[in-house]
Amino acid sequence: MEYTYNVEAGNYALAGEASSSIKALLKKLGISGDIVRRMAIAAYEAEMNIVIHSKGGCLILKISPEELILISEDRGPGIPDIDLAMKEGYSTAPDEAREMGFGAGMGLSNMKRCADEFNIKSTVGIGTKVQIKIYLK
Amino acid sequence: MTIRDIIECIDGKILTSECDMEQNVEYGYACDLLSHVMAKCSPNSVWITVQTHLNVVAVASLVDIACIIIPESIDVEKETLDRAEKEGITIISTGLNTFEICGRLYDMGISPCP
Repeated sequence: MEYTYNVEAGNYALAGEASSSIKALLKKLGISGDIVRRMAIAAYEAEMNIVIHSKGGCLILKISPEELILISEDRGPGIPDIDLAMKEGYSTAPDEAREMGFGAGMGLSNMKRCADEFNIKSTVGIGTKVQIKIYLK
Repeated sequence: MTIRDIIECIDGKILTSECDMEQNVEYGYACDLLSHVMAKCSPNSVWITVQTHLNVVAVASLVDIACIIIPESIDVEKETLDRAEKEGITIISTGLNTFEICGRLYDMGISPCP
């Protein structure tokens, strides 16, 4: 099964809707609470990265009996130094986002912590794609 | 501890209209950075924050936080309260500051998130 959720750049009022839908769907499918929680956290961090840093993008959720895959794909500035972006505490979030409590510099590392596999590819000036897998077995 | 016990302990006032006063709360966490809360806050927790915008409810809902305490009688937007009611999350207001709230709840037996 595959589901796509569009995420609008800069829309803080709508932010969190895609992750909420993903959480509700996984719960309905009877997936265990711990896994639902890990995927919900990863999806929210991915969604907020799109809202804060990109020009728009989407989350794609793929569900199989063996694993959950979440792909976050955006159009935007891309990440010039991925190692630096992965470092906890490093953030390029604008003041507007920081005032709301975003921009802790933990988004990507939170995603990695929640995942069994984590991959990130970014092209400056084009966009960023993050893929995580969470094993169900 | 229940939400009822917490309200009594911090001289709190419920801002959300529908609320399960007997809901169990085991842990507490205080932070205004949302990613820290996502990473560290356990389910069935009470979360203390000065942030009052909509995304606070999204975070609380995603990590199954039972209730949010807003310190220093800070005003909470109506949209935030409406969303919290929809998501079944209780929002409590108190005149105490974050430090005082944490102290009282700790004394009462609320544990740090494991």
